[in-house]
Amino acid sequence: MAVRQQGELKVWQRRERGKQFAIWGAWLAGVAVFAYCWRLISEKTIWMFVTDAPRQAVDLAERMVPPKWEYMAKLWLPLWDTLNIATLGTVMALIIAVPVAFCAARNTTPSVIFVRPVALFIIVSSRSINSLVWALMLVTIIGPGVVAGILAIGFRSIGFCAKLLYEAIEEIDEKQVEAVTATGAAGGQVLAFGIVPQIMPAFAGISIFRWDINIRESTVLGLVGAGGIGLQLDASISTLAWTQVSVILLAILATVIVSEWVSAKVRHAII
Amino acid sequence: MNGAPVDRHWRRPPFIANPLLRWSLFVGAGVYLALAFGTIDVDWPRIADGVPRGQRFIASFFPPDFTSRAGEIFEGIYESLWMTVTSTVVGIALSIPVGLGAARNLSPRVVYLACRAIVAVSRTFPEVILAIFFVKLFGFGPFAGFLALSLATVGFYGKLLAEDIEDMDPVQAEAVRATGASWWQWLVYAVLPQVLPRMIGLGLYRFDINFRESAVVGIVGGGGIGATLLTAFDRYEFDSAAAILLIIIGIVMAVEYTSGFVRKWVQ
Repeated sequence: MAVRQQGELKVWQRRERGKQFAIWGAWLAGVAVFAYCWRLISEKTIWMFVTDAPRQAVDLAERMVPPKWEYMAKLWLPLWDTLNIATLGTVMALIIAVPVAFCAARNTTPSVIFVRPVALFIIVSSRSINSLVWALMLVTIIGPGVVAGILAIGFRSIGFCAKLLYEAIEEIDEKQVEAVTATGAAGGQVLAFGIVPQIMPAFAGISIFRWDINIRESTVLGLVGAGGIGLQLDASISTLAWTQVSVILLAILATVIVSEWVSAKVRHAII
Repeated sequence: MNGAPVDRHWRRPPFIANPLLRWSLFVGAGVYLALAFGTIDVDWPRIADGVPRGQRFIASFFPPDFTSRAGEIFEGIYESLWMTVTSTVVGIALSIPVGLGAARNLSPRVVYLACRAIVAVSRTFPEVILAIFFVKLFGFGPFAGFLALSLATVGFYGKLLAEDIEDMDPVQAEAVRATGASWWQWLVYAVLPQVLPRMIGLGLYRFDINFRESAVVGIVGGGGIGATLLTAFDRYEFDSAAAILLIIIGIVMAVEYTSGFVRKWVQ
């Protein structure tokens, strides 16, 4: 118990003195790092533009209203493309993520020394590279269009889905696997009847969760030419058609809210 | 025992128990896939063309060239790292009041709704769209990227903080309140210890996300390694691009290991 002697009185304190000093030291170091980084950013910033920003914001807001509602008619097809990019990309990622996850999980991997590091590397590299960067690469390879978007979303999601899935596989109840093995089941049967039923709820949850994220991410892939509503956004911004931009942003907002509602409903139904 | 032979064959129970729902989901998925594939105009010759092109592309990634653009790469990574540090700190600092306000068990209805609205809006738009607007308003450079990442952090962290506070153990909170603690004391001694370990972990996770996102805000002019990456792609210097991607992967892995270590230390 951390107690400080104050004359005759013993006063309760939350922490021991050494620990308190260590925490203060950590805070001091943190603040110093932050101040240093902030100074570097502020050196690169033209503060005149920043002080001017409120006026610019008002100007931009004035140009964005009223939204040009009739432009919405041209947005249904890009929105459908966006939905397809997110959904098909998620499906593709799940198909690839399942074997990768089984190879990465410590208890199901064929070889801890050879296969597991490869699977973990696939997971990390797919996760570290943003879908926009994947799209940038894929547009160079297979040309602009929806397919590049689907592949970009797919490649980006493999790592995410496989990581969550292999953590779920590692947390399964080994007793059930043992019980199935004891009936004389072969390797594949153990997998199908001992492991898969246990990770099924996690799998469904992960797919819905990633689909929801992918809807958000696929709205911007068009900025680098990979299809979806981002193409219209990019075109409208570069032609300074701000009334169209506001319609597009509202359409994105509505799509994301609907997708969040759908995924909340489905998750609720599963769990 | 002379009744009709009973089918004793065991069948695995289906994942979705209701047969009507199960079949309508299957049919719905089939119809959707048919529609989706029907409407995507796939330029097959272009994709077939892309196979040799892709091989050349991948070949030109190797070996990654760390040296010829070392100056620009170093500067970009460095800038990304400051942007990550400042935006994570500022974003989390801003998200604490928002998160407290968005917790149903802590705040009055009006504050709750207002804070939830802030969270919803900043979560809806991807960092890149936020960055486009901040670049318009504040000019090119890391400041715009910093603002975009901070705002995105507020949405992410505020939401998770609010959910964590809503899930806390009310018994402990009541016990502290029963000692006559003021609102601040109650917050520090009852709420904070319950949410802190998870929140430190999530803060590190957000640091990791912000670093990855700082690679893309540069594509729209928000500073950081993204600008260097885009330039490398535009100049067809794929070996330099490969070097940048490898550095990003390396840093993300390093952050992940560190955060695992810190999380263990906190708990």
